Amino acid sequence: MKFSEQWLREWVNPANDTQALMDQITMAGLEVDGFEPVAGKFSGIVVGEVVSVAPHPDADKLRVCQVNDGRETVQVVCGAPNVRDGLKVPFAVVGAVLPGDFKIRKAKLRGQSSEGMLCSEAELGLSENHEGLMELPDDAQVGQELSDYLKLNDVTIDVDLTPNRSDCLSIKGIAREVGVLNSMVVEGPEIGPVEAVHSDVPEIAVKAPEGCPRYLGRILRNVDLGIESPLWMQEKLRRSGIRSIDAAVDVTNYVMLELGQPLHAFDRDEIEGGIVVRMAKPGEKLVLLDGQEVELTADTLVIADHAKPIAIAGVMGGEHSGVSERTRDLILEAAYFDPITLAGKARHYGLHTDASHRFERGVDYELARDAMERATALLMSIVGGEPGDVVEVVSRQNLPEDRTVDLREQRVADVLGLRIDRTTVEEILTRLGLNIDKLLKNGWRVHVPSFRPDISIEEDLIEEIGRIYGYNNLPVTEPTGSLGLRPQQEAVRPVSAIRDYFVSCGYQEAITYSFVDPKVQNLVDPEQEGIALANPISSDLSVMRTTLWSGLLKTVAYNQNRQQPRIRLFETGLSFVKEAKRIEQQPMLAGVVVGNQLPENWANGRRSADFFDVKGELESLFQLLGIEVQFLASQHPALHPGQTAELLRDGEHVGWLGTLHPQVQKKLELNGTILMFELFLNSIVSGYVPNFKDISKFPEVRRDLAIIIGSGVGFADVERVAKKHAGEHLTALRAFDVYEGESLGEGNRSLALSLFWQHPERTLNEVEVHSLFNGVIEALQEELGATLRS
Amino acid sequence: MENLDQLVQDGLAAVDSADSLQALDQIRVEYLGKKGVITQQAKTLGKLSAEERPAAGQKINEAKGQVEQAINARRTDLERAAIEQKLASETIDVTLPGRGQDLGGLHPVTRTLQRIEQFFARAGYTVEQGPEIEDDYHNFEALNIPGHHPARAMHDTFYFNPGTLLRTHTSPVQIRTMEDGKPPFRMICPGRVYRCDSDMTHTPMFHQVEGLLVEKDVSFADLKSTVEEFLRVFFERDLEVRFRPSYFPFTEPSAEVDIEWGREEDGSIKWLEVMGCGMVHPKVFEHCGIDAEEYRGFAFGLGVERLAMLRYGVNDLRMFFENDLRFLRQFR
Repeated sequence: MKFSEQWLREWVNPANDTQALMDQITMAGLEVDGFEPVAGKFSGIVVGEVVSVAPHPDADKLRVCQVNDGRETVQVVCGAPNVRDGLKVPFAVVGAVLPGDFKIRKAKLRGQSSEGMLCSEAELGLSENHEGLMELPDDAQVGQELSDYLKLNDVTIDVDLTPNRSDCLSIKGIAREVGVLNSMVVEGPEIGPVEAVHSDVPEIAVKAPEGCPRYLGRILRNVDLGIESPLWMQEKLRRSGIRSIDAAVDVTNYVMLELGQPLHAFDRDEIEGGIVVRMAKPGEKLVLLDGQEVELTADTLVIADHAKPIAIAGVMGGEHSGVSERTRDLILEAAYFDPITLAGKARHYGLHTDASHRFERGVDYELARDAMERATALLMSIVGGEPGDVVEVVSRQNLPEDRTVDLREQRVADVLGLRIDRTTVEEILTRLGLNIDKLLKNGWRVHVPSFRPDISIEEDLIEEIGRIYGYNNLPVTEPTGSLGLRPQQEAVRPVSAIRDYFVSCGYQEAITYSFVDPKVQNLVDPEQEGIALANPISSDLSVMRTTLWSGLLKTVAYNQNRQQPRIRLFETGLSFVKEAKRIEQQPMLAGVVVGNQLPENWANGRRSADFFDVKGELESLFQLLGIEVQFLASQHPALHPGQTAELLRDGEHVGWLGTLHPQVQKKLELNGTILMFELFLNSIVSGYVPNFKDISKFPEVRRDLAIIIGSGVGFADVERVAKKHAGEHLTALRAFDVYEGESLGEGNRSLALSLFWQHPERTLNEVEVHSLFNGVIEALQEELGATLRS
Repeated sequence: MENLDQLVQDGLAAVDSADSLQALDQIRVEYLGKKGVITQQAKTLGKLSAEERPAAGQKINEAKGQVEQAINARRTDLERAAIEQKLASETIDVTLPGRGQDLGGLHPVTRTLQRIEQFFARAGYTVEQGPEIEDDYHNFEALNIPGHHPARAMHDTFYFNPGTLLRTHTSPVQIRTMEDGKPPFRMICPGRVYRCDSDMTHTPMFHQVEGLLVEKDVSFADLKSTVEEFLRVFFERDLEVRFRPSYFPFTEPSAEVDIEWGREEDGSIKWLEVMGCGMVHPKVFEHCGIDAEEYRGFAFGLGVERLAMLRYGVNDLRMFFENDLRFLRQFR
């Protein structure tokens, strides 16, 4: 909410300066977002009067004017269309400085001398309006400094109010707060009933009392809307961020800003029959004041006449029934609309108005009559007219309940951590308008006024006390609760250890969006349907990732497009998969690698990373975690059919490792061989707690062999068969060479293995080792068709 | 015997001029070997009388000793020279870069999260996780934000369907933790949150850390110390912290926390909003089946990217999720 500081100070005027005042209300919870001077910086501008206007002899669009500045009459050349005899205008005399450090000097315009300048609002930094001169009222005193005349020593303060503080959406409300903070009395204008001069009253029927518990209407006859609202009102509105339209609209806005009650004025002649407050009929249409036509939904509360809707209640009036210069008779509306009925309605129609903002947050439900009287009086003082009686339709049972809240002294101390003395508590409450109904044994019964819909429980009152007392005046103490010691699972490694491991392997951690481009995801995970957002921010961020690869591959593309040939990335985060009845949100660990395995330098060379580089890194990770994982040749739609491993732990699927399928790679416009892995984090983080075994004192025996086997036989098969036959004392089995070549024949390869045996309690003898070794060879021959290489 | 002195002189000269270990060895054989010229002198002893013999023998031994000493000294020199030469030939350019992998790095958001987690872990808080696709109840209703509440407009929510959404804050984890356990609680929940908003200063995804402490006796004053200490530890500075009344539907009283961040032109403190916090709202306790008369609690929430930006001087929020390697590498 924006407001003029001067206007506030008319209600309550503490001694503190602007900055101190703003700090004070910020610290009371009404956060000042910013402030702006109400005019540009200028000097030497006075109220001038145009005495005469003559055409310029050499320029059609210019006039030669005589202008009285209060001391003398000087000649000024002016091009504004509205310059005329007798007009009072802001006049920049010779020597004046306009905003932007623009100095006014004597000049000649097309041969005519000009001593000074007549100014528009824009030239003074008052508004954007530069169509013509700013017109001052006839009673402005010629020669007076403009900044004195307009009281321009003022700022517009912008307060960013939290949604609970609807009571501060007015000068009255903010003044109340300032009064409390400075222990000062707040004084507003006097408001009293305006007596009716005729018996003409509007017919009002409220058919939806739940949405509109209170509706007031009054007829004001024979107004002259040709009369503009006075400059002081226009200025206050302008300084509060509202443009002047006409007297009727200005007055309703003025009262809304002043008291917080939105009002509306209808042109009585455009209303057929009477006013009906009801829910809209589906399909009903209404052209709003802003010119747009909306189709109303049945949950929309409307103001209608006997034929048609004429306004969306509490949001915006209709164009047809709105006031204009031709309007003679007005119907003024002041109502209390139920916040829940109005919630989200403005948004539904793409609107957000000052009225809807207030009604949705809750307007003081006892304010309508005062606002009606205030608006009537103000309107009559400007546009004249004859008031009728106020018709009020009220449904008491639908109005918010009159509330009391009990407050315990002990609870205040418990919650705030400080015992505040009773007098201080009572004074804070009373000044806030939270009157004490009754003193209780242990505290107070507090009556909640109609302007504080946000207060309904004890804690709300405690917050009020804390806020006014000052949060920063409350003590600072350490929580005293005992720290329950928690179990610490040694076998479960923290994810941070996994991250650190990848960092030490040269991976950079990435954090990519959880919603991804469905086109990319369909390429890397075509078999799962991503869960689509109903309101995505853009089509390339519209489905939830089923795999972290979707985001990581996009990141690869992003970096390859920025001359980064060597990319090693990992990410941890959730994947989202739709199961039959629920959504699986699984923590994943994924990585992508492309480019040289090691940073290129004199010693590292420039070998591209391959499958076994990444596999080795994963194997070390599994050692770190204390788990055993099998790599099984497999197929995955996004991966190279010959370079894909499914990862299993105790037979359970834990992830994938492979090379990105070249076709997918091409579609994603990526370069290089891209290695990727993805693991279910929860499946790999728990390993084991080490369990010591005696170290054998006896020698280890090594035997090497080389076999030729079919290429389709995996090392894992060889290992499995060998281990089965190598006896219980085999301590290690390693492949130390793999060779494929023409000499071996098509479809064959040679595998060189070393086997290690060691007995825990004695030296193994040559005969037993020989027999085990031969057993392994025979098994490899029989079970896998291996031949021993000579 | 007369020429013994001469032989010693010759021997010493020869040792002196030996330029290799082989040459030195030859000299040793030549003078001190079995047939060496000095050794041979012993044969002359037979011609001497028994009285003369010991003195002459001693002389010969002395001569041998003299040459031998010279040889040993020379050998040491030659050996040292040989080692030095070998070492010289093995010199490498130690200024060349080393072999092997470069270090990667943690994402600055993770780095920041870890610092936050460490602080609270030391203070006895557990780290909890919750789903990111949430239901309306946990994200809003249970946090005292019913359907019509204007605070919902503060959360630009991503929906899947009317009851299912992407969590707009980490606060639902408070609810889940309290639903599943029994008080007291000390927990934080770091994680991703989502808002349907994207411009210079908003990304549709960002990170928050939610904190919750529930005890029998805890007050706003305890919340103040927790928040102040955290901020001072995080920024490693004794900065000014202030608590400004604010509004969150799930806390009452509520506060926003500002820290001192430089000075205005007039010398006054420039305040920067960094966190929100407050005492757990009784309605929230009620939703979780906790008696608000028996227990009280405080909760706080902070934006991780904001803290990371302040800490590391990052000036564009969006960079966190572009994952440009040239950006990420600055945080290793």
